[in-house]
Amino acid sequence: MNGKPVRQNSILIVDDEIVVRDSLSKWFKQDGYRVDSAEDAAHALKKMSCGPWDIILLDIKMPGMSGLELQKHLHEIDSASTIIMITAFASVESAVQALKEGAFDYVTKPVDPDHLSHLVQKAIQHKKLADENAQLRQHITEITRGEDIVGNSPQMKKVIELAKTVAQTDTTAMIRGESGSGKEIIARAIHANSARRYFPIIAVNCGAVPETLLESELFGHEKGAFTGAQFRRKGKFEMADGGTIFLDEIGTISVKMQVQLLRVIETKQFTRVGGNEVIASDFRIICATNHDLEAAVKAGTFREDLYYRLNVFTIFIPPLRERKADIPLLARHFLTRYTISMNKPVKDISPDAMDMLVRYDWPGNVRELENVIERAMVLAAPPSIRPDDLPFQLIPKHHAPADESIDAVEKAHIEHVLAKYGWNITHSAHVLDIDRVTLYNKIARYGLVKP
Amino acid sequence: MPSILLVPIPPVTMERITSLRLPLQSIFDTDTVIDASIHLDIIAALDMYRNQYNSSILLASLKERFPQHEGKILGVSEVDFFVPVLTYVFGEAQLNGTVAVVSVYRLDDTLYGLPENPRRLNERLVKEAVHELGHTFGLYHCLDYDCVMHSSTTVEDIDIKRDNFCPACSRAVKRHLHARS
Repeated sequence: MNGKPVRQNSILIVDDEIVVRDSLSKWFKQDGYRVDSAEDAAHALKKMSCGPWDIILLDIKMPGMSGLELQKHLHEIDSASTIIMITAFASVESAVQALKEGAFDYVTKPVDPDHLSHLVQKAIQHKKLADENAQLRQHITEITRGEDIVGNSPQMKKVIELAKTVAQTDTTAMIRGESGSGKEIIARAIHANSARRYFPIIAVNCGAVPETLLESELFGHEKGAFTGAQFRRKGKFEMADGGTIFLDEIGTISVKMQVQLLRVIETKQFTRVGGNEVIASDFRIICATNHDLEAAVKAGTFREDLYYRLNVFTIFIPPLRERKADIPLLARHFLTRYTISMNKPVKDISPDAMDMLVRYDWPGNVRELENVIERAMVLAAPPSIRPDDLPFQLIPKHHAPADESIDAVEKAHIEHVLAKYGWNITHSAHVLDIDRVTLYNKIARYGLVKP
Repeated sequence: MPSILLVPIPPVTMERITSLRLPLQSIFDTDTVIDASIHLDIIAALDMYRNQYNSSILLASLKERFPQHEGKILGVSEVDFFVPVLTYVFGEAQLNGTVAVVSVYRLDDTLYGLPENPRRLNERLVKEAVHELGHTFGLYHCLDYDCVMHSSTTVEDIDIKRDNFCPACSRAVKRHLHARS
């Protein structure tokens, strides 16, 4: 090839013998590699700043720090470098030690050129695959990260912390919370942060599947198992092999299914409907419910043994009305999402509209908030969402007082803040940026009365 | 136009040296002359323990003997060459320099227990001579398996490739020749 290097791959040669360094450098330069050499550990460590080096050829026996010791330091600096040890016949044992500590291979001096050529090519190929694998994994992590969990309230911070903790383990997790509070998003976040993230998360809404079909849905069926079973079909537990199965609305399943579920959880084995073959599957269970399972256990509609099996690590998602601090954050999050998907230049929510959103009770939780924002986005005239765009008009709007004196404005404002925070003096004083005593004084002065 | 100087490093027959002259002259399109006037002390390159000859030392000796030569110098010998870290080499060259050496020793089929094949031996020698001289023209190893600059670590590798350059390497050699002329 016309004088240009054939490849851009790089090799660092570390050997105390100058003839070895020179002859190897020359040999690899002719192959088009970027080559540099170092005579000892200190120089090698210094040369790491000129890296990254794809391959490091490292002599085991060197004065000062040995190749074995240097290997550890080099790995600490750049774990992606492929290290090939060079050794004399006498030190094959130390070469084996080097392999145990992560070296790619070793060669004995003098080395057969054909062997060295193939070894280096193999190492480069191995490194390329490893790099590509790391990139793909990173890519998968990015695309499977799922929806962002939005929330800055202490309650949501706690939920996120718990989800992160349980993600690192293989423990069965139960997510409790009202309808629409985002249980599936938390389940997906747990899966996406777990070691199982490169395998699927299979979601089953137990409440949405008729009782008669749930068994086939979960365990699969053989051809001819029942009328209409024309083909063999894999069940959700089989599909979740290596990954996670998310059982939503677990509180709705029948007592018969509860027994089957219990057996699968305990043995990780099951048979398809109409089949005899025992199928093993490695899955992690995350389940969710908005039912009062404890009451169901007491009433005998939910098996106690299954309850204890599932209720190993519970995460409660508080309803939106109990974490009003998250409402503006969530509202803006959904606003941004719909601004992009609807391609509409609505950039903000007016203070009045936001006030209404914060004061509303949100029986449908985050899902309701998302729907309200989506609806408002359809109605809103750019650049912002105004109170008229919101579907609920139940909360009286906060009007500025007719009397525009400072006292009247201050009285109205304090009254508004107190109402907003349910007459919580500490919180209201904090929001008003005055101390509690001052707030009490002002309440007395303006004759404000708690409703 | 720089010429190519062919230098015998005994033990080697003159017949072997002369067989290289015309092919090299044709491939590089430049004068190729034989200089048998000097005697290179090959013993200085001998490693008694390995019973092989250090080609790097031979390269240095050649360069020392022809300090004023404008063109390329190719030393040819029948002894077994090595560089300290490798078990053997077919030849060695100074990348983008003036000197190169090739050995006939490992190109001979009889070394591998096969019948003598003088024609094949000569083809291999021409290819290795062109390959090592190619390095002195600044060429790296070529990915084209057909090109004479493709890396060869076995005689089978040498047999696969042609005795000439691929178009890209050929252009690089021509540029080099014109730059020096």
